[in-house]
Amino acid sequence: MKSSVITFPGSNCDRDMDVALNKFGFKNKMVWHNDHELPKSDLVVLPGGFSYGDYLRCGSMASKSKIMHSVINFVKSGGLVMGICNGFQILVESGLLPGVLLRNRYLEFICKNVYVKIDNKQNPYFKNLDKEVFEFHIAHNEGNYFCTKDQLKEIEDNNQVAVYYCNDEGKTEDLFNPNGSIKNIAGIFNKEKNVLGMMPHPERMIDQSLSGEDGSLFFKNLINNLK
Amino acid sequence: MIVSAIITLKKDVLDPQGKVIHQTLEGMGFKDVNEVRQGKYFEIDVNENDPTKAKGIVEDMCKKLLANLVIENYKIIETQ
Repeated sequence: MKSSVITFPGSNCDRDMDVALNKFGFKNKMVWHNDHELPKSDLVVLPGGFSYGDYLRCGSMASKSKIMHSVINFVKSGGLVMGICNGFQILVESGLLPGVLLRNRYLEFICKNVYVKIDNKQNPYFKNLDKEVFEFHIAHNEGNYFCTKDQLKEIEDNNQVAVYYCNDEGKTEDLFNPNGSIKNIAGIFNKEKNVLGMMPHPERMIDQSLSGEDGSLFFKNLINNLK
Repeated sequence: MIVSAIITLKKDVLDPQGKVIHQTLEGMGFKDVNEVRQGKYFEIDVNENDPTKAKGIVEDMCKKLLANLVIENYKIIETQ
């Protein structure tokens, strides 16, 4: 399985993602934002970081970069694109996902482990996972997911919520909402479920001795789903 | 000519920075503040002398990049 990770100026989770993808069997290529064409890929990842220093709005500049034309065409042809953290922000700014990510509710940069709950497994990312609650890491200042009432209705009607913030038992109450996101939303899909954007970082949870193994479960399952 | 654009958050969108500024102003003794909303201001020098056309160009910029229409409104002002 081939994957591509796009590096924007200011990306800083691109190499972590590269390590994670290679560890679980992907043949990964790093792609520069100024390139025109994506290499042949089964999965494209927009990594976390601070592309263009978060100028104007997080992800707004990166969403207009040259490679994004190719990414948008890849999505139209049914290709899988996953955006993590700043990658999620780039996906909403490019219009590939609905809504926007605002500053965290209490204006603080949050860096901690959180639990997220997967509700819908009818998609290539989560299909065949044998548990619902995962421990992932978050590190962001603008992760407060917001959308209009009409957009929220559409997202819920189409089962587009990918992951919710929750506690270790999977309870999705406001108490377990780190950043003020509408309905505890931590990640969403597009209608077709081939684009996934989420704030939590599975690539930071791939080593038992450093962090945890829930990211390993996610990546192992993902590559098996794509085979 | 120079065209200016003001980007403001829509009414329903929470503006935590505006709220904190409001609280600070109150703490400093400005007691008559009802609400503070923070926005962005751009001055764009456009290579176009026709005001309608120049404003049209900046409007296009607002729609495509300067504002995110999910959460923001824009207002265009001809300055020079």
